[in-house]
Amino acid sequence: MSSPHASGHHGEGASLGAVLREQTGLNAARCYQCGKCSAGCPMAAEMRLKPHDLVRLITRDQRATLFSDESIWLCLTCETCSARCPNQVEPARLIDAVRGLAWREGAEGAPRPVRAFHQAFLKQIRKHGRMFELGLILGYKGRTGQLLRDADAGPAMLSRGKLKLAPHNIAGVADVRRLMDACEAAEVEA
Amino acid sequence: MKLGFYPGCSMHGTARELQESLSAVVGALDVQLTEIDDWSCCGASSAHSTHHLMGVALPARNLALAETQGLDTVVAPCAACYSRLAGARHELAHDAKLARKVRGVLDRPFENRVAVQNVVELFGDRLDTLKAAVKRPLMGLKVACYYGCLLVRPQAVSGACDVEKPCGMEKVAEACGAVPVAWNSAVECCGGGYSLSRPGSVIRLGRAILDDARKCGADALLVGCPMCHSNLDFRQKAMQREGDPKGPEPVEGDRPMPILYLSELVGLALDLPDEVLGLGRHFVDPRGLRRKLAG
Repeated sequence: MSSPHASGHHGEGASLGAVLREQTGLNAARCYQCGKCSAGCPMAAEMRLKPHDLVRLITRDQRATLFSDESIWLCLTCETCSARCPNQVEPARLIDAVRGLAWREGAEGAPRPVRAFHQAFLKQIRKHGRMFELGLILGYKGRTGQLLRDADAGPAMLSRGKLKLAPHNIAGVADVRRLMDACEAAEVEA
Repeated sequence: MKLGFYPGCSMHGTARELQESLSAVVGALDVQLTEIDDWSCCGASSAHSTHHLMGVALPARNLALAETQGLDTVVAPCAACYSRLAGARHELAHDAKLARKVRGVLDRPFENRVAVQNVVELFGDRLDTLKAAVKRPLMGLKVACYYGCLLVRPQAVSGACDVEKPCGMEKVAEACGAVPVAWNSAVECCGGGYSLSRPGSVIRLGRAILDDARKCGADALLVGCPMCHSNLDFRQKAMQREGDPKGPEPVEGDRPMPILYLSELVGLALDLPDEVLGLGRHFVDPRGLRRKLAG
C-alpha cells in the first residue's frame, strides 16, 4: 500500500489524498468529521456514503470502496457542503476530482443512468461542438433502454417550440475534438 | 454599453424563452450583447464530473475566443454556463500549474482577462436605468427569488453578498415593483443536471422548494438558470402526480407555481407582449400573472 507521506507527483505509490492535493490544492486531512457537509447535502438522503464519509475514505486511502460505490456519482456539485465547511475542506471539489479518477479507471463504476448521461453528453460536444438537446435525449435513451420514460415530454416540448430538431455544427468542431483529446491525453500522462 | 454574450446550448432549445426575453429587454438597459463567434459548449455538467482538466479547458476556450474578439466582459445568462466560465476564470487565476496545463492544451492565445457576468449582475448593475425604464410596475406581485446553487456558490466565484441569504435578485424584483417574499429555500438545490438521469431526485427536491414558495405566499418563483427552470416548470406536473408519502405535506392543494426567468419579470415590468417574452412556452402558464396585475 502507499505511504501516507507520499506527496508531489501522482506516482504509483501516492495516496489518494496526495493525488487529490496535487490536483486540487485541497487537503482532505483537514476534515475533523463534524458532519456539517452531510447535514446540508440535498442528496445525502439517497447516498449510502454521505459526504463526510467520502472525505474520511479519501484520508483512509480507500480507493476501491470510493470508486465502486454509487455515492460519489450522486453529488450534484451544488457546493452547499463547501460553502458551509468550517475548515475549508471543500468536499464538492474533492468528490468531483475523485469522480475523474474513478472514470479514468472505468466508467462502469458509475450507475448506469448517470454514466449514460455523461457519455451521451460528451459525445454531443464531440459531434457538434455544442450540446444538441434532442441528440442528448436520444443518446441517453439508447444507452439506458428507457425508451418510453418521459415519452409524452417530446410532443409537449415540441408544441412549445422548445425542441430543436437539427443540430448546429460549429465551425471549430475539429478544434473542440482536438482539445478534448488533448485533455484526456494529459490526464493519462499525469 | 457593449457586452460579450455567451448564450449557452439550451438557449436555442429548452430555454428559448430566456433568449427571447433577454434579447427583448437589454435594449432598454442600454446594453448591446455581442455573441462570442463560434462559441462551444462549456461542458456543464458532464465534463467537470468526469475529467477535471476538460472541465476547465472547455470554458477556457470560450474565454480565449472572447478575448481575441476584444470583449472585456461576457454575460452568461445560464447559471451553469456562468458557473463553468467564471469558475474556470477563478481557478486559472489562482492555480498557476493548472493554468500552464490549460494553456498547453488550448493551443491559442489566452491571458485570462475576460470578466464573466451572470444575469442577476447584468440587471443588478443597472438598477437605476431599469427603474427609469419600468412602464408597468408589478405592484403587489409576490415573488420567491430562487438562486439555487450556481449563482451563489462558490462565493469566491460568484461574489454574492451572502452565501446563505443573497440579495441581488430581490433588488431587481423590487426595481420592477414586485415584492420579494421571505422564504427559506432560496439557495437550495433543485437537482440540477439530474432531470434525465435521476428524475425522482429532481421531483423530491423541487417539491420541497415549491411547497416552501407556496407556504410563504409567492405568486411566482424567479430563476436565473435553464436547469432550475426545467426542473421546476417541466417537472412540476410530476411533483403533483407522484407525491412522496414521506415528503413535506402539500400546501394549498399544490396550486400551480409559475416559474419566471428574471428577464421575463423585467419584460413584464417593461410591459412587453407575452409572445416577445416567450411566456407561452412554459408548462405552468405564467400569463395569468399579468391578468392578476390588471385586476
